[in-house]
Amino acid sequence: MAEPMLVVENLRKSFGALAATDGVNLEVREGETHAIIGPNGAGKTTLISQLSGTLRTDEGSIRFAGEDITELPAPERSRKGLARSFQITSIYREFTALDNVALAVQAHAGHSFRFWRPARADAALRDPARAVLEEVGLGARAELVAANLAHGEQRQLEIAMALATRPRLLLLDEPVAGMGTDESLRMVEFLATLKGSKTMLLVEHDMDAVFTLADRISVLVYGRIIATGRPEEIRANPEVRAAYLGEEA
Amino acid sequence: MKPSPRTLVLFAVLALLAAVPTLAAAFNQPFYLDLFRRIMIFAIAAASLNLILGYGGMVSFGHAAYLGIGAYAVGVLAHHGIHNGWLQWAVAIGGSALVALVIGAVSIRTSGIYFIMITLAFTQMLYYMGISIEEYGGDDGIRVAKLSQFEGLIDLANPTAFYYVVLALLAVVLLLVHRLVNSRFGMVIRAAKSNDARTRAIGFSPYPYRLAAFVIAGAICGLAGALLVNQTAYLTPEFMNWTRSGELMFMVILGGIGTTAGPLFGAAALLLLEDLLQGWSLLPKLVHNFWQFYLGIVLVLVVLFAKRGLAGLLRGSKDGADG
Repeated sequence: MAEPMLVVENLRKSFGALAATDGVNLEVREGETHAIIGPNGAGKTTLISQLSGTLRTDEGSIRFAGEDITELPAPERSRKGLARSFQITSIYREFTALDNVALAVQAHAGHSFRFWRPARADAALRDPARAVLEEVGLGARAELVAANLAHGEQRQLEIAMALATRPRLLLLDEPVAGMGTDESLRMVEFLATLKGSKTMLLVEHDMDAVFTLADRISVLVYGRIIATGRPEEIRANPEVRAAYLGEEA
Repeated sequence: MKPSPRTLVLFAVLALLAAVPTLAAAFNQPFYLDLFRRIMIFAIAAASLNLILGYGGMVSFGHAAYLGIGAYAVGVLAHHGIHNGWLQWAVAIGGSALVALVIGAVSIRTSGIYFIMITLAFTQMLYYMGISIEEYGGDDGIRVAKLSQFEGLIDLANPTAFYYVVLALLAVVLLLVHRLVNSRFGMVIRAAKSNDARTRAIGFSPYPYRLAAFVIAGAICGLAGALLVNQTAYLTPEFMNWTRSGELMFMVILGGIGTTAGPLFGAAALLLLEDLLQGWSLLPKLVHNFWQFYLGIVLVLVVLFAKRGLAGLLRGSKDGADG
């Protein structure tokens, strides 16, 4: 069998005496939707920041598509096909939705030392951007300034930006965080349409979303993965129930 | 596409500027030729600052450094008997670009208050260097006896000819900045200003783009410095004083940060207001003596009530192409 898309070995990150990531081992296979769950303070966001390159790693290694990316900065990881969404929506608020996505397309269309032709009239950027907006259901909102979109639409826009970079792996940091029931349902439905065609690693609090979407689940507690398995295995795992699911039961 | 009100006003102002020499001659007021030429030179400098401050979010508090380098390039060469304008201006632009490359390479690694402080510190260094070089007049400065020479083409000693050279260069610079900020390159520096983390996450490394913008801004401001020393016919380190950097910043903010027309509006408003408060005989003496105080009030009001300055009072183009 080919090497998995993402292989994380013995990953560590400490903030002073606190080991936020304490020897994480993790594999994400091509085509799967893998969810990381864990109680508050388990180190989920630290882990995703290490994977996306916004936080430097103290120890251990990250291999992505057969290549060691442990030391690569975030922009280079993105260019290799690793895209992320943030827990707190991160978009260009004063640009239009279409501008937002066109920038993501541009970032992957060679260097941008092009000084003269207007980028907003560039079909090579605008056409693919429009297509991705259609795909996520924001086609009709393309010309709106991003700040004026509804909260759920802004999250969709962020995922559209990630998709526009044609990623091989999508890192989603709590994609339904702060959403109402309807919005969150729609987002889960949308992510379900990506299942299979995109490899996804998602960190999520919402258990309904996790058990609907995930092919496999890893449970992170105090910076360590205590179990990995199929949703039904995780549900049945006594250690997991004690550490985490028990809280909600 | 129909031009926006802001674009129309910009063209109207440029047309008015083109008419100034004729009007000044008709009313026998050559002083205004001098004043408006000065306004346009500062508009060029402010436009270059607007590129990095307004669009790139780089609050350079040392932009007068490049005015100084441009001026010293011309003044020092003239002092040593080299009057060829092409050479002088090329050295002014190239030298400013080079200094901007060095200052930018260091300061763009920082942000926020550190960026402001580092750019200010570099400029103060150059300012004190200017003061200490006795050969070029130290803090007194020296007269530039002969202006830049463009033989057979144009004579800058002719005030009207010089005026139109500045007007043409201003138009070129405004167009250049406008194209730049709407190009792929411009979109990257604006994106990095808007959301740095997002920009990195989608795959841009902002540093080289920011540095390139910083160098381009330095080069353009160097040209303004070359024009300024020809305007004053006097070389002085005061061109690099930190208050001068502050004035440029005021022009950008007053005119409308991140707009094509803003720097011209801001330079015109600030210098005209200055002239009015200082010189207008109908105003009481109390105003003349404390003109800076009243100027300060105007600036505070603009910052409080007109967030995008004078240009912000006029509607810009709908797709935001104007920024």
